[in-house]
Amino acid sequence: MSGRLRFLRTPSGAVGFGILVLVLLVAVLGPYVAPHSATAPIGAPPFTGPSTSAPLGTDFLGRDVLSRLLSGGRSVIGLAAAATGLAYLMGLAIGLAAGYSRSIVDPLLMRTVDVMLAFPPLLFLLVLIAGAGSSVGVLVLGVAVIQAPGISRIVRTATLEVSERGYVEAAVARGERAVAVITREVLPNISAPVLVDAGLRFTFSILIIASVNFLGLGLQPPSSDWARMIGENRAYISLNILAVIAPAAMIAILTIGVNLVGDAIARSLGRSYVPRGIRSPAA
Amino acid sequence: MTPEDGVAAIRVENLCLELTGGEPVIDDVSFEVAPGEILGIVGESGSGKTTVALALLGFTRPGVSITGGSIHVGGQTIVGQGAGTPRSLRGKVISYVPQDPGGALNPSLRVGDGILDVLRAHQARTVGEDSVRAALSRVELSHDFRRSYPHQLSGGQQQRVTIAMATVCEPPVAVLDEPTTGLDVLTQEKVLAELLRLRDEERMAMVYVSHDLAVVAKIADRILVMYAGRVLEDGPTDDVIELPRHPYTKALVSAIPDFHNPRALHGITGVAVGVGEWPTGCAFAPRCEHRLNRCEEAVPELLVTAPQHRARCWRWQELTTNGHPAAVVRPSETTVPPMPLLEVSGLEARYRSGRTDRPAVQRVSFAVEQGRCVALVGESGSGKSTIGRCIAGLHVPTAGRILFEGDELAGHARSRPLQIRRRIQIVFQNPFESLNPRHRVGSSIERPLRVLRRLPRSAAEQEVGQLLERVRLPKRLEERFPVELSGGERQRVAIARALAARPDLLICDEVTSALDVSVQAAVLELLQELRRELGLSMLFITHNLGVVACIADSVLVMDRGSICETGPVGTVLSAPSHDYTRRLLEAAPCLRESAVGVGAP
Repeated sequence: MSGRLRFLRTPSGAVGFGILVLVLLVAVLGPYVAPHSATAPIGAPPFTGPSTSAPLGTDFLGRDVLSRLLSGGRSVIGLAAAATGLAYLMGLAIGLAAGYSRSIVDPLLMRTVDVMLAFPPLLFLLVLIAGAGSSVGVLVLGVAVIQAPGISRIVRTATLEVSERGYVEAAVARGERAVAVITREVLPNISAPVLVDAGLRFTFSILIIASVNFLGLGLQPPSSDWARMIGENRAYISLNILAVIAPAAMIAILTIGVNLVGDAIARSLGRSYVPRGIRSPAA
Repeated sequence: MTPEDGVAAIRVENLCLELTGGEPVIDDVSFEVAPGEILGIVGESGSGKTTVALALLGFTRPGVSITGGSIHVGGQTIVGQGAGTPRSLRGKVISYVPQDPGGALNPSLRVGDGILDVLRAHQARTVGEDSVRAALSRVELSHDFRRSYPHQLSGGQQQRVTIAMATVCEPPVAVLDEPTTGLDVLTQEKVLAELLRLRDEERMAMVYVSHDLAVVAKIADRILVMYAGRVLEDGPTDDVIELPRHPYTKALVSAIPDFHNPRALHGITGVAVGVGEWPTGCAFAPRCEHRLNRCEEAVPELLVTAPQHRARCWRWQELTTNGHPAAVVRPSETTVPPMPLLEVSGLEARYRSGRTDRPAVQRVSFAVEQGRCVALVGESGSGKSTIGRCIAGLHVPTAGRILFEGDELAGHARSRPLQIRRRIQIVFQNPFESLNPRHRVGSSIERPLRVLRRLPRSAAEQEVGQLLERVRLPKRLEERFPVELSGGERQRVAIARALAARPDLLICDEVTSALDVSVQAAVLELLQELRRELGLSMLFITHNLGVVACIADSVLVMDRGSICETGPVGTVLSAPSHDYTRRLLEAAPCLRESAVGVGAP
């Protein structure tokens, strides 16, 4: 169905999609086209300005900023995607169980979720890292746990509404197993509100992972993560401003792209997602 | 009360509307309404009746524009040469009462403030409590209601508030768009009485838009029948109902169930044409059994058939015959009652929603015999749907027993044996919600075949086609998604899905209440046929007494959770013994009664 890609027809959808493809290309292909090593000094002094061998200059250790930039996108996007994906697995499971059960399970799950929402997200992550040590696994899990409560609330609300529909009741009356009813009848019909929300969640994952990396608590040296690059070079911003500005710009562009696409998808789903009234209007 | 005596309150001349693409939506509609007169505009979904009603306020839906003609209301030009800004006229000269009062009232505004807003938009800012009091008393609501929020009111009260808002500036004209659709018959009767009072006492002119000819016949002085954006017939109410000139009007009349004089219902075959697919000739020709070649070549003119009566049919003279279709022959009620298939005894159920927990069904006992159709009648909230849901295993009763062929049924469908789940099927009220929008029609019907009858995929796929045929739908629909189907088609698919299980008992929960009257007739016809051919037993849940008379053998009347009257259809409808049944019967709109009395000016 061409409907899936309808969001591309809006200007913001097309621009956002273009930006996203560009950033993804940089992240995926970057390491292969980088002129220098991303982790070893290139023999030039630190903080040289732009030159032919290092178009964006060098950083505080004399490494090529461009090469680090080209290979620093994978961790940002990859970690954020993994964390968001894991968050959706947890959020969908909790939300569907709470929304569909109509029993004591619902308030139990939801009050737990409320407690989780009460923690300040960044503080929670920092405490987790302080306790469990800093590793990719902890980072991904931490961000997923922060995101899951919000997702589960949206899923629960959508599930509550959909599970009162006749087609769900018909499946229940057929005696189908709860898992079958949820996957066949409920899940396909809550995808719209869930998708609309997903772009924003992904952006938030990027930003929180970037924050932790910036603070130096996430990925450890000598990794060339964009957020790490900002953190490493921020004290010397007057010496080579590009070493800070360039990775910051990449993160900004990435989040803008994700948001534009998310908005466009939301709007393209918007019209068909609005449930049609009992009596369709006389045209 | 002819349009000639005095200035018409509404004069519409040659009104045309088009889509931005140029497809005509409304073609050459003209009519007049005199002060103190109610004009009923009747038509199926998509006939353009709401478009015309909105145009009277100078309003069009996005993508539609007025391309010709003129509209004069109360001496002011709304559309046409020298038209002023419609905004200043709305509410003051012409006002609008929408279909869904719950959605039309601002939930965060108290009723009194809502009414004041309308006043302030049109009159000096100094208007006070007196005007609000007057507006509320006009619709017989006490002054205390000004402090209420819309959600604290019942549906009928909400609709009265919208009428109060529409009449507060005392406009000479009001447009009402399906104002009682979705209301109980008893509430509907009160609203209709209110409108008649406004007509008589304040000499308001009204345009009453509805798909239900029976309701319109009850209130309108004149009826305008619309189809595919054109006027097909226009005349005094009695004349149109008793002696319809146009085959379409005739079909509409015979689609209305009548409990005084039950007769075989005839749905209109085919589907109403949509915008952009108008045929060159008469738009109704493809569905008309009397069509000639001439009908398909050119659009008939609106011919004067009697004083004040016009019809758009070449053959009106030969086709106009008096009399209604033959009465229904009910199976004789003297036969030995067959074995009860379903027995319900002492059923009690509670309704839980948030913090409220109230009894929905109290000590209900009845039986459905093999091959019979039992109707469960009552207003919304009477607990009739809960009973159906208990039997289908969707709602667990708190007390009582449900026996199916003598075996007690478990509360949850899931804990019932497969054969029981297969043999009891339910069809739901709202066809727009009863089919999964993400599944193709074929796969929706296939599911019960696979789950309940354990058919292998190939056999199931084959049977889907047969089932679609059984409910008179073309086989190609199995590839479609529900969004692509009309309401009537969806309800047929839902019935096919239930039939797929080869049930013995079919629970029909308000299956026709979301459908147009003509579509309702066709669905009822289908159910009757299926009953005859398959020997189905049915529990038919409805609020419509006319429908009951057409389809059921016996009736249970429910009031606030318990059964207040029960008996064979003929007896209950002609000689009700309980007060509540009598009130329901009096309030139910019905063609015959209205043709004789109320509708006449």
